[in-house]
Amino acid sequence: MASRDDIKFLSNPNIGKDNKKYCRFKKFGIKHIDYKDPDFLIQFVNPQGKLLPRRITGNSLKYQKKVAVAVKRARHLAMLPYVTDLLK
Amino acid sequence: MRQYEITFIIDPVLPGDEIQTVGKAYEKLLTNDGCQIVHVDEMGLRQLAYPINRRNSGVYKSIEFTTETGAVIPKIELAMRRDERIMRFLSVKLDKYGVKYNDDNRNGRIGKKPKTVSSGPVAKEEVKKEDLTLIEGIGPKIAQLLNTAGIKSYEKLAASSYEDLKSILSKGGPSYVTHDPATWAEQSQLAAAGKWAELNTLKDKLIGKISPASSEEE
Repeated sequence: MASRDDIKFLSNPNIGKDNKKYCRFKKFGIKHIDYKDPDFLIQFVNPQGKLLPRRITGNSLKYQKKVAVAVKRARHLAMLPYVTDLLK
Repeated sequence: MRQYEITFIIDPVLPGDEIQTVGKAYEKLLTNDGCQIVHVDEMGLRQLAYPINRRNSGVYKSIEFTTETGAVIPKIELAMRRDERIMRFLSVKLDKYGVKYNDDNRNGRIGKKPKTVSSGPVAKEEVKKEDLTLIEGIGPKIAQLLNTAGIKSYEKLAASSYEDLKSILSKGGPSYVTHDPATWAEQSQLAAAGKWAELNTLKDKLIGKISPASSEEE
C-alpha cells in the first residue's frame, strides 16, 4: 500500500514546473513604495545589499524602477546599507 | 497645492530635550513660511545601516507638509545642511499615491508590513488559525485532507457526522482508513468553545486508548 507520499524522488519533481512569476505590485494593487520601510525593501536586494533583477523578483518595469528609487533613498537615510554581507 | 515629506536624522548624542527642540525648530521654519504641517512622524532612535559621522544610531523624524509653491524647499535644505545636529536629510515630493499611502498608513489601513507586501499570505493565515492538528488523532496530513474537504474550523468539524469524516478519510487514500474519527466531534466541540483545559484532559485519556500508529500521523 504505497501511497504517493511514500515515493522518494531522486530529483526535485517541482523543477520544470511552470510557476509563473508575477508583479506583486500589480497583483495586489500597491501604488506607492515607501522608502521608510526597510523591512519591505529588503525583499528586493540580495545578501550583499544589491538590487535584485526583475528576472528574479518578477516586478514589472514600472514598479522595478520605483523599487530602485525607494531602495536608493533608503540607503541614503542609512535604513539600508550600501555595501554589506549576509544581509538576509 | 503640493505635498512634500522631509525625513532627517538628528544626532543622538544631544540631550533629549534638545533633540525635541531641533525637530520643533524645523516645524516652525515651515509654518512661518506658510506651509501646512500635515503630520510629524517621530520614528525615534534607530540603528543606522552604516556609520555616519562615527555614529551608529540616529533619531529619525519625518515631517509631511503642504505648500503652494516649492519655494521653501531650498531654504529648509540649506538650513539643514548648515545645521551640524542634522546628520542626514531627504526631501521628497509626494505624488497622489504617496499622499494616499501616508494617509492610509496613519489610519492603520496599511496595517502591518505584510499587508503592503501582499494581502495573500495574511488572509491565508487567518483561515489557518484554527489548527485542526490540536485534535488528538489529527495530524498535519489529515488536517490538510479535511481542509480541502471544506472543514477548516472546529465548529465545522464538530458539525460533521461520523460517516462524513469516515468517507473523507477513505477518499484520501488507503493509509487514512485506519484512523477513527469517533472522538473528533467531541474534541472539536471543546476546541470551538475554547475549553482548552478540558480538551487536554480528554486528550490524555484518549492517548491511552488509541494505538500510537493512529494518534501520531506523519
